[in-house]
Formats: sequence, structure tokens, C-alpha cells
Amino acid sequence: MIELDGLVRRYGEREALSDVSLSVASGQTLVVFGPNGAGKTTLLRVLSTLLRAHAGSVSVLGKSLPEEAWAVRGRVGLLGHEPLLYRELTARENLRFHARLHDLSAERVEERLAAVSLTDRADEPLKTLSRGMVARVAIARATLHDPELLLLDEPWANLDPAARELIEPLIGVGSDPTRPRTRVISSHDPSGGLSEADLVLGLRAGRPALLREAARVDPGEIAELYR
Amino acid sequence: MRRTVAALLRKELLVELRTLESVPGMSLFAVTTFVVFHFALNQNSVSGDEAAGILWVTLLFAAMLGVNRLFVADQDQGGFDAFLLAPVDRSAMLLAKALALLAYLIVLELVAVPAFGLLLLGPSLSQALPDLLVVLLLADLGIAVIGTLVAALAVRTRARDLLGALLALPLLVPVVIGGARATSPLLGLTHAASPPIRWLLTLGLYDLVFGLIAYAVFDFLLED
Repeated sequence: MIELDGLVRRYGEREALSDVSLSVASGQTLVVFGPNGAGKTTLLRVLSTLLRAHAGSVSVLGKSLPEEAWAVRGRVGLLGHEPLLYRELTARENLRFHARLHDLSAERVEERLAAVSLTDRADEPLKTLSRGMVARVAIARATLHDPELLLLDEPWANLDPAARELIEPLIGVGSDPTRPRTRVISSHDPSGGLSEADLVLGLRAGRPALLREAARVDPGEIAELYR
Repeated sequence: MRRTVAALLRKELLVELRTLESVPGMSLFAVTTFVVFHFALNQNSVSGDEAAGILWVTLLFAAMLGVNRLFVADQDQGGFDAFLLAPVDRSAMLLAKALALLAYLIVLELVAVPAFGLLLLGPSLSQALPDLLVVLLLADLGIAVIGTLVAALAVRTRARDLLGALLALPLLVPVVIGGARATSPLLGLTHAASPPIRWLLTLGLYDLVFGLIAYAVFDFLLED
């Protein structure tokens, strides 16, 4: 599903990711921990095809990147720090726009609006909604096309407990055993993150400092990454 | 492809209708420039080469305002990333943005050309109008394609406003020359029967060449 071998990504002279190698099987959840600037977001953007690796090899959904990126797009859902939505448009207009890009029906949009409990506010411009509501629309956007690989950058930020409960089924592993969903989640919450993880990656200054099955990771080791 | 272009164009026009960030600014700039020319030239009316020059330079600089804003919402609000993650032909964005810019230019000219006729032009505009529309359309196509190409290149840089103008203006000089030369006889004191065909062909050829260049390179401009 995901195979990284010696992945390097630079911004100018600075290496944001150095020598990252890992393997994530279909249906597994990889949770990435690390302080700000450790390379978590960069890793998600490389996996989503938005950034290229400068060295090493990257394979996502069985396709080699960047050569076969076209075959990966549309099968990946990215929830980043930015909602990737237009502030001037309403939630419904934004989702309908994305539905058209992914060749999905308007019914799918209504279904997702209902799933994030925003049907009654769907015709208000996004700029008038609260941060938490915009985060819910962003989750609806990222999962609109039911992606096989879900890349979530701190998905619980800006969400109250009720909203977390609401979106849990949308960003979960999925209930269809014939189509298991693989997830890569970046998190700063050791206990919350570990409860979701099959595999844990700890990054420090772009380098892997921890890579192990979640069951064998102690929360103290994650806390150590931030010291 | 058609469905994607329609979705992108619809989004583009909706965002512009809600923000009014491009077209009103472009139109106001053009009208204000004509007023400034009216006083600066210290004459009541212009015609021929002078009129064509003033019209095209003003339209070009007004168009630059729209060019500089063309991708700003996409870049600042993440629309670029969302589009790049979708399984669609990326040329759709080139086409949709160029069509949106073309629409902005047409609205600009609906305001600017009559204002030019009222404020500066000596000869009557009504006689020249049918031929002028042909010249405007050909020049607009060139501005739309080149403007979209340059805006996509500039928007990811820090000095996007400066870089957009620095890249676009040299590339648009032939459009201004072609537009002005084709328009000049139409705005003379003795109205010509039609614009010089060679300048219309020059504009058409320039549009075609840059249309093909833009189609060939646009995908690479969107890549990391």
C-alpha cells in the first residue's frame, strides 16, 4: 500500500525529510508523531502526490511516485491544516465543486453534509462559519470520494467532543472488509494517536527516531520526541 | 474535460461575483486613466494612432490587475492543492482560467470602450464598433491565454504582483502593437472600411502560438 525507501525531501538547502523508509499494509493506520517542523506535514504531502521526493523511492497504492501520480490522484483524501475550500462559497457550493471534480453526484454531497451535521448551515458562506464548522466541511470534502488512502494532518484540531464523535465514522478505517481503508495520521496526542495506530513513526528534525508497531510503543517514548 | 472546465469556470465566476476583487477594479482603473489622459493631454479629443495607443495601453494595464488576481484565491485558500488531488486533466484549469479572464476583459471593455468614446475619442465610435469588436476579441484571446500562463507561474512566488507584470508585459507587447495598428484606422477622422487584415492575422497567429505553448507547459507549471 505504502512503501518508502530512503525518502528525502528538501526545501532549499534544508532537509525536511531525511532517509525515511517504511512500509504500511493495506487497511493499516500509521500515526506520525513529532514536534512542529519535524516533517509530518511534508510526509503527508509527498504521499498525496503534491510534493515530489528529492531522493529515494515512494510507492503509494501500488503506484510509483511521481511517475504514476495520475493513477493515485482521486484515490487519496487529504485533510491538511488548510481546509482546501473557498471562503466566499457556501459549504454546499464547495462540496458540489469537489463532487464535480471527482465525478460524484449531488446526492453524495447532501449525504456528506448530513453526515457532518451541516445541512442547515450549508448555504452560508464559509467565511461566516466557525472554525470547527469549517473543519467539519473540510472532513466532508476529504472523504467525499471515499478514498482508499486517507491522509489526516491533526484531524481533531478545532473540533469539540461532539464534533469528534460525529466525524469518527467518516475518518475511520471503514466498515467494508473488501475495501479496507489505509490511513496516515499526524498527531501530537500520544494516547489518542496510539489508540488509532497499527504502526507508529516518530520524526525528529525530518529523521525517523521511532518506527515500531503501536502495541510495542510506550507513550513515554512519544513524549521523548518532543523534548 | 468539459464537465471539469464548467465546474472550474462556475466556481471562478461565483468567487468573483461574491468578492468583486477583479472586474470593478479593472473597470475603474480604465475609466480613471481615460480621465487622467483627458486632462494630461490638454485636448478635448484624440483620434487615429494616438487614440488607438491610449485605448490599448489602458486596456493592457487594466487587464494586468485581473491577471495578478487570477490565481490568488486558489493559492491562498488551497484550491490549487484540491484541484491537483482530483483525477482530472490539468489543462482544464488553463481553459477555465483563460475563459474567466476573457469574461472579465469583455466586461471591462463594455465599460471602458464607451467611456473612452465619451471622454477622449473625437470620431464617432458607432461606425468603428463592429470592426473594433473583432480586434478586441482577437486581442482579448491573447491577453487571456498569456495572462493565465504568467499568473500561474507568478502566483507561487513571493513577489507575485511584480513578477506577473514583469513577465506578462513583454509577452503582451505584440498584442498591444497588433491591437493598436488594427484599431488605428478605425478611430481615424476618416473611418476606414475595415481593420488591416495583416494585423488581424498577426493577432490570430499570436493567439494560436501562445495557446499551444500554454497547453504544452501548463501541466508543468502546476507541478511541485
